[in-house]
Amino acid sequence: MSSIPKELKYAATHEWVRNDGDGIFTIGISEHAQDLLGDMVFVELPEVGATVAAGDDIAVAESVKAASDIYAPIAGEITAVNEELEDSPETVNSDPYGDGWLFKIKAEDPSEVESLLDAEGYQAVIDEE
Amino acid sequence: MANRTPLHNAHVKAGAKLVDFHGWEMPLNYGSQIEEHNAVRKDSGVFDVSHMTIVDVLGSEAKKFLRYMLANDVAKLTVPGKAQYNSMLNEKGGVIDDLIVYYFTDESYRLVVNSATRERDLGWIESVAKDFEVEIAEQPQFAMIALQGPNAAGKLKLVLGDEAFSKVDGMKPFMSQQVGDLFIATTGYTGEAGYEIVLPDHVAETVWDDLLNVGVQPCGLGARDTLRLEAGMNLYGQDMDENTTPLEANMGWSVAFEPEDRKFIGRNALEKQKAEGHNKLVGLVMREKGVLRHGQKVVVDGGEGVITSGTFSPTLGFSIAMARVPSSVGETAEVEMRKKFVTVSVVKPSFVRNGKSLV
Repeated sequence: MSSIPKELKYAATHEWVRNDGDGIFTIGISEHAQDLLGDMVFVELPEVGATVAAGDDIAVAESVKAASDIYAPIAGEITAVNEELEDSPETVNSDPYGDGWLFKIKAEDPSEVESLLDAEGYQAVIDEE
Repeated sequence: MANRTPLHNAHVKAGAKLVDFHGWEMPLNYGSQIEEHNAVRKDSGVFDVSHMTIVDVLGSEAKKFLRYMLANDVAKLTVPGKAQYNSMLNEKGGVIDDLIVYYFTDESYRLVVNSATRERDLGWIESVAKDFEVEIAEQPQFAMIALQGPNAAGKLKLVLGDEAFSKVDGMKPFMSQQVGDLFIATTGYTGEAGYEIVLPDHVAETVWDDLLNVGVQPCGLGARDTLRLEAGMNLYGQDMDENTTPLEANMGWSVAFEPEDRKFIGRNALEKQKAEGHNKLVGLVMREKGVLRHGQKVVVDGGEGVITSGTFSPTLGFSIAMARVPSSVGETAEVEMRKKFVTVSVVKPSFVRNGKSLV
């Protein structure tokens, strides 16, 4: 049973979203997603300053098994990316909700986050797989 | 309902992530496949390979039969226990399966073939055997484990005890020896020293547990694949199949054209192909970010090819692959990856041996 923290929001494509305040949101992939992908070997992140729309494929998580697109769960501007992942992509496996975060978005419309899944809704998505 | 090996409980106990592998429920990993990979390169790891098919060939014409059915020549085997990499081909020279043959006497051999092709292999062996005085005896009562890595010998010694271990101590590669219940061979699929051990299924879990208790890392199919690819060893169904000849799969060295008067199935097709020219299997190395994957298109001098196996190499820290390409290939190739072409180096399809980089 993989962990799905209650305080986060989720996309059906397995990204999680944390509200950092001031319209900034941190995004990563769920424990379930990293488990499906297996050992991470490269993470390709977006450019800081890039403007993204919800649903754009903006990053790639490449594991020993497969390359998987990561989508922007909300629209906005990329304000930071997790540069530590360059040298230690395995952090996405070991701490997907913490040090394994991927990027931060300054939301165009913070209320967009409300339409994402809550923990229960995301659990239902996993159960259907 | 998937087949389970005698080590199924041991896998569950060790926290394995189990997956379906051609009808067998097998461990993919026990946590991190990269850690398992590194354990085999630097220390020791053990794999459950009980899904593989063991077939004993017995009878007065065993040698004659195998010399006809197999592309490599079993007449080269004269020392009891000696092993040989081999393949059985169809009339077109296509690889029905690759296998290891162990020699005991001219009337007694053991074949270890792939599990994915079990039914077809057995059907083929039986059909060829009809014209020979041989008995084909599958040995389903055995489990099989592979203990691999630079410290494999030391670990085996701890488990067997000094006296039993002395029977395999210093055994050269591709030899085998029966030690009590255990048939121990110095073969493997990782590019490291180590053993493949055939043992009765009721003792498998005990031996497995003993190995884990002396610090051997349990390893799954994930690590098995990255290790064999680094070692430049083919995976049946991926790097070759019935539509590929050994010459197109870097297996030419395992085809014995000498002596010229030995007839074997597929020989005529191979001789024709040899004269006419053929594609070849090469290694690819990509030092930049990204991972080469099975099925990606490869553009080389004189034509196009395809990646048959690709992965991230945990030992080297970048991606490697095997690709089948026209023989006109030069020193570089272009691989189509995620909508763009990337230039990669072309090398011999062997990347890591005994823990050392070959590229």
